[in-house]
Amino acid sequence: MGEGQWRVDDGLAARLNELDDEVARAVEAGDEAALWRGLQALAEEVREHGERLDDAALLPSDAIIPPEDLSLEEAHELLEGEGLIPDMPLA
Amino acid sequence: MPGLMSRLTLIIKAKFSKALDRAENPNETLDYSYEEQLRQLQNVKRGIADVTTAKKRLELQYTGMQQQVEKLDGQARQALAAGREDLAREALTRKAAVQSQLDGIMQQGQQLEAQQQKLIEGERTLQTKVESFRTQKEVIKAQYSAAEAQVRIGEAATGIGEQMADVGMAIQRAKDKTEQMQSRANAIDELTASGALEDYTASGDDIDRQLAQISQSGQVDDELAKIKAEIGKGEPPKELAGGESETTQ
Repeated sequence: MGEGQWRVDDGLAARLNELDDEVARAVEAGDEAALWRGLQALAEEVREHGERLDDAALLPSDAIIPPEDLSLEEAHELLEGEGLIPDMPLA
Repeated sequence: MPGLMSRLTLIIKAKFSKALDRAENPNETLDYSYEEQLRQLQNVKRGIADVTTAKKRLELQYTGMQQQVEKLDGQARQALAAGREDLAREALTRKAAVQSQLDGIMQQGQQLEAQQQKLIEGERTLQTKVESFRTQKEVIKAQYSAAEAQVRIGEAATGIGEQMADVGMAIQRAKDKTEQMQSRANAIDELTASGALEDYTASGDDIDRQLAQISQSGQVDDELAKIKAEIGKGEPPKELAGGESETTQ
């Protein structure tokens, strides 16, 4: 989130999906500490094992990782759709 | 329930493809898209400036509150030195209230600082991508058939669009957070102004008066004691009771 694009291999992608499920469960359980642990783990995995793409690379992403310090409230807004993401004026 | 990451990805992609659908002709898409990118980049720069300004203002408010804490602390000591434990306790209670607010603001301020750094980094990335898009769009226009160009444009534009949504979201969050802190600081200012959270530091307020009264009555007591000693018929219990009733007036 806001840190550029990264390339991850399939093994890591699977691990990220697992972590993502944990994050979703934390949101459902209303456990903010677990939510932050999960989000941090997600970002860490990518930073540690992913490959940072050149800023000039113009490639669509397969996944966008949520901000590490997302609050429970913001997470709910995110899951409900509109709230947190500004509309894209870009054509 | 889908994961947060997958959900976020879906939402951003959906938002972007909706925007992309509006344009038809590949060449138009490229040029229009580029213009929009520049506009968006300006928004990002403005957003960063806004967040920076708000942060500065909060830092000032923070300093003001810190001074208030220090003054309350000083007054608590003064009150205690004058033997007014009740006043000292009151001042310390107020101090704790302000202090806890301060801690909260401090913590949020640190988060905002980190976010600001990310925003600046995001802006740099976006700037590079926009620049890259500018050169690439000319190449795409020149080299590819309309069909191929459509695909390449779609990819390039999607890549940059996601990055923009991503940075846009980061800015939105930073602004929200700043506003939250702002209203928190304002709330404290208002509480102080309305008297709910008494500003002991204002001159001539209640505690100042009481403190002044203490030192006055202290002098009176001292003098009384002195005179009584001279006359040689001191009655300490009565003297204490008299002194106390005087300070509570």
